[in-house]
Amino acid sequence: MSDATLVNAPSPTPPAPPRVDLLLVADMVKPNSRVLDVGCGDGALLRLLAEEKGVDARGIELSQRGVNDCVAKGLSVIQGDADTDLAGYPDGAFDYVILSQTLQATRQPKQVLEHMLRIGQHAIVSFPNFGHWRIRAQIAVGGHMPRTRNLPSLWYETPNIHFCTIQDFIALAKTLDARIERGVALDRFGKPLAYSAPWIWNFFGEQGVFRLARKRR
Amino acid sequence: MTVPVNKTAGLREVDAPHSLVAHFGPDRPLAMDAGAELSPLRIAYQTYGVLNADKSNAILVCHALTGDQHVANEHPVTGKPGWWQTMVGPGRPIDTDRYFVISSNVVGGCMGTTGPASLNPSTGRPYGLELPMVTIRDMVRAQAMLIDHLGIETLFCVAGGSMGGMQVLQWAATYPERVFAAMPIATAAKHSSQNIAFHEVGRQAVMADPDWRKGRYLEEGQIPTKGLAVARMAAHITYLSDEALQNKFGRKLQDRTAPTFSFDAEFQIENYLRYQGMSFVDRFDANSYLYMTRACDYFDLAADYGGSLALAFKGAKTRFCVVSFNSDWLYPTSASRAIVHALNAGGASVSFVDIETDRGHDAFLLNVPDFIATSRGFLDAAARARGLPPARTR
Repeated sequence: MSDATLVNAPSPTPPAPPRVDLLLVADMVKPNSRVLDVGCGDGALLRLLAEEKGVDARGIELSQRGVNDCVAKGLSVIQGDADTDLAGYPDGAFDYVILSQTLQATRQPKQVLEHMLRIGQHAIVSFPNFGHWRIRAQIAVGGHMPRTRNLPSLWYETPNIHFCTIQDFIALAKTLDARIERGVALDRFGKPLAYSAPWIWNFFGEQGVFRLARKRR
Repeated sequence: MTVPVNKTAGLREVDAPHSLVAHFGPDRPLAMDAGAELSPLRIAYQTYGVLNADKSNAILVCHALTGDQHVANEHPVTGKPGWWQTMVGPGRPIDTDRYFVISSNVVGGCMGTTGPASLNPSTGRPYGLELPMVTIRDMVRAQAMLIDHLGIETLFCVAGGSMGGMQVLQWAATYPERVFAAMPIATAAKHSSQNIAFHEVGRQAVMADPDWRKGRYLEEGQIPTKGLAVARMAAHITYLSDEALQNKFGRKLQDRTAPTFSFDAEFQIENYLRYQGMSFVDRFDANSYLYMTRACDYFDLAADYGGSLALAFKGAKTRFCVVSFNSDWLYPTSASRAIVHALNAGGASVSFVDIETDRGHDAFLLNVPDFIATSRGFLDAAARARGLPPARTR
C-alpha cells in the first residue's frame, strides 16, 4: 500500500479491534473473586467472569451505549474513565483490576497503573506491543506511522496517545515496584507465542497480557 | 387577588383526596427529626398493579418537590396525565403489569397527606407554620409506616428524581435491608449553597406577599398567589437548561411583531413563566411549598454519618442505578458522581449513567430514550436477580 492511498483512504470510524485477549485474561482470574474491569465495553468479559467463575464483577465504561448494554446484563457499571474515576476507589477494594487494550489510550498511564495496583491485589493489563517487528518495519522501511489489523487508525485520529512496547511496560512495572506474576505475548491471531522470553515477546508479540501484583514487603 | 379557600380545587385534596388514605392514630405517631411527634397522621397514596403472593414485587416511587402521588393516573385537579407516565405504566420500565407500584404524598404535602394545610386537631384550625419542620428522613419514615401498613417487608425497588431521589438515598441509608434496588435520579446527597439560595428566593417571594398573613392565610380566606407564582417562576428556570430555553423561546416576542416598550409580557419566555406560575397556584399550597423547600435544604445525608457519605452506604446489599443528565445544572452530574464514589467506597453494587440531553433537570420527567432504556435494563436485570417472572410479551 503506497503512502498516497493511505492518506486518501476513506476513514470511517475504525472497527473495534477484536478482543482476542478476553479468554486469556479470564484465565488469570480466580473464581469467586472481586473484579473491576476498567473500560469494560459492552461487558463481554465481565459477563464471562460472572457466569463462568462466579466473580463479583464491576466495570467502568466511557460510552453511554456500553454502559446501557452492561446495565441491561445486570452488571454494575459506572460511566467514567480510567484517568479520572479510579481515584474514588478505596485501597484493596478488588482482587483484580483489569485494563484491556486501554492503557495506551489513557492520559496518565503511570498513574492509572498505580491506581490499579492500589485498588486491586492484582492488576491485569493487555496492550498492543509497539515493538512488534511489523510495526518497527513500517516506521523503519515505510517511514510512516504504523497501521495494523489490530491498530487500524490513522495517526491523527487514533485514540491511542501513549503507545509502548512490551519492554517499556516491563520497565514501568519495575519502576512501580510491581511484581510480574504472569506474562503472555499473543500473535496477530490472538494465540499465545510458543516461546516465552521477553525479547521474543517484544519482537514477535502483537499484544502483551500481564498480571502484576504489589510486591510483598 | 383574593381566592376564598374552599373554592380552590387543589386545596380540596388536602381533606378529601382522590386517593387511598392510610390513617395512623395516636398509638402510631410519626417521630420527627425536629423533635416533635406528629399525630394523627394521614398518608394519601396511589397503587398500580398487583402485589404478588410473596410480596416481592413492590416498587415505591418517591415524588419531587411539587409532585404528588398521582404518578400514572389523570391528576384530580389539573386533569393532566400522571407526572411519570413515561416511566410507570403497562410495558413501561416500571411495568405495572409486573410490579406493584406505590406512591404516596410526602409529609408536609398538600394532596391528602398531613401537611400545613391540614387541620391541627389540637387547635381546630389549619397547622400553618405550627406543623413541625419536615425533613427528607421524616418523609421516608412516614413512607416506611405506609409500607408496614401494606404488609410489605422488602421493596423490590425505590425510585425517584430530584427530591424523590433524596428520599431514595435516605431509604437506602436508613432501611438498607428493606431496599433490594434503588434508583436515585437527577439528585444530590446534600443541598448545595446554590440550591439553598434558589429555595430561599422562593420562600421570600411567598412570605413577602401580604396575603400570606404570616402563614395564616387559610383562616383569613386569602391565598398568597402572587408570591407563590413568583416562587414557581424562579424555580422553573432552574429546571430547564439555557440551551433548551434558547431553542424553545429565544428572544421571540409574544403576540406582537415589535416591542411595545412596556412591562407587559413582551417576550414568549415571560409569558411562559407567568403561565407556569399562575397554573401552579391552582394546585399547590404556599405553606407546603415552604416546607418542601426547607426539607431539601436540610438534606445532607453524610452529616448523619460523621460527614462520610461512604459510611451511609457501608455494606449495603442494595443494587443502585444512579442517573444524571448532562444539562442539569440544578443537581449536576458532579453531585451524582459524588454519590457514586461514596457507593463504590462503601463497596455497594452501583451502576451510573450520565444521560446526554439538552432538557436540563426536567429531563427525568420527559421521554428521554437513553434514560428510559437504562431504567428498563436495570430493572429487568434486578427483577431476574430477585427471581421475578419475566415481562409478558406484549
